[in-house]
Amino acid sequence: MFVLIVGSGRVGSTVAKRMISAGHDVSVLDESPEAHARLDYGLDESWEELGGRFTVGTAMEIDALIEAGIEQADVVICSTDGDNTNIVVAQIAQKRFNVPKVLARVLDPYRAEWYKEQGLETVCPTQSAIEMLTEGVIAGTSGTGDPLMEETR
Amino acid sequence: MYIVIAGAGKVGWNLARELKENEHEVTVIESNRDRYMTVEEELEHNIHYGDASELWVLERAGIVRADMVVAVTGDDEDNILISQVAKEKYLVEHTIARVNNPRNADHFELLGIRPVVSATDLILGLIEHEVPHHGLVHLLNLKQEQLEIIEVEVMEDAPAAGRRIEDLDLPSGTLVVSVLRNGSGFVPNAETVIEGGDEVLAVLHPGDERAVCSFFAPGNDKIARKNAKNSA
Repeated sequence: MFVLIVGSGRVGSTVAKRMISAGHDVSVLDESPEAHARLDYGLDESWEELGGRFTVGTAMEIDALIEAGIEQADVVICSTDGDNTNIVVAQIAQKRFNVPKVLARVLDPYRAEWYKEQGLETVCPTQSAIEMLTEGVIAGTSGTGDPLMEETR
Repeated sequence: MYIVIAGAGKVGWNLARELKENEHEVTVIESNRDRYMTVEEELEHNIHYGDASELWVLERAGIVRADMVVAVTGDDEDNILISQVAKEKYLVEHTIARVNNPRNADHFELLGIRPVVSATDLILGLIEHEVPHHGLVHLLNLKQEQLEIIEVEVMEDAPAAGRRIEDLDLPSGTLVVSVLRNGSGFVPNAETVIEGGDEVLAVLHPGDERAVCSFFAPGNDKIARKNAKNSA
């Protein structure tokens, strides 16, 4: 499987390394050349030695997306630090390049939810945190009869 | 009309001012605190502080009852998103979006966001209009209608010079809508004789520029081709 990852921050770079360890072809696009350092970190060999690709370019630029291999991609993961950039690039991947599977990281739960309803596969870390924190509190106070927590259940 | 404007830059602020003077109800949304404070001194309650791509900020600004949303922030991805949710989520009837980088215009088109305004394209259009020896000038592209309006100056030795419009074998769908001669314009009919030096305005289908150009200003193929490419 050929995976294109747009945005090589904490999330993007870690997903990239997991994907390449799992034997997939991985290409990473980031606007900053420094982002490459994250890809090499913690690996025995360099990113390129493991067969990874890295392109410097802006996610909104069609030329950069093509250079990074969007036309061949089976999966595109949009994980830049901008919700709107991720949403727009994901739609470009879907509608212009007909990429079979597209995932977009969207921090704002409201936007994530609405675009999911529109058929975009969004992943919302904020929503996950909200649920985990709420569950954590409820689990920690279960059985105490705290009326507020009873209500939250 | 109730108009929500995203972005209080030079464009957004001046738009709000003009629209208010024309008795429209306006709310501007600005995410930069300093800019908000500056503009708030004049617009007062007509400006909200917040990120216009946050849906709750749009809702607080009353997007559900807006007749029009104008997205004029400095970020194209924000303008795309704001226009998209305005139209598809909040069912706002009219949206206008600004394209900051002309290379992003394709994305707006792909996602059905129109009309768009691009300052760069407007100035490019003016340059095209102002520069002499241009055989053919694009005046208007009606993309959805698959029509465009061009202006062309008739060369003295052009095939059309001295001939009646009905005798020209123009591509079907091409209509000469106006002729400018000696400083005044008129609407021609089939019997009008085209003269060298006339400025002809024609409606045509995109792709026919070259053929049309060959009647009025042959040898300007290069320009015609370039324009054909631009409108493709």
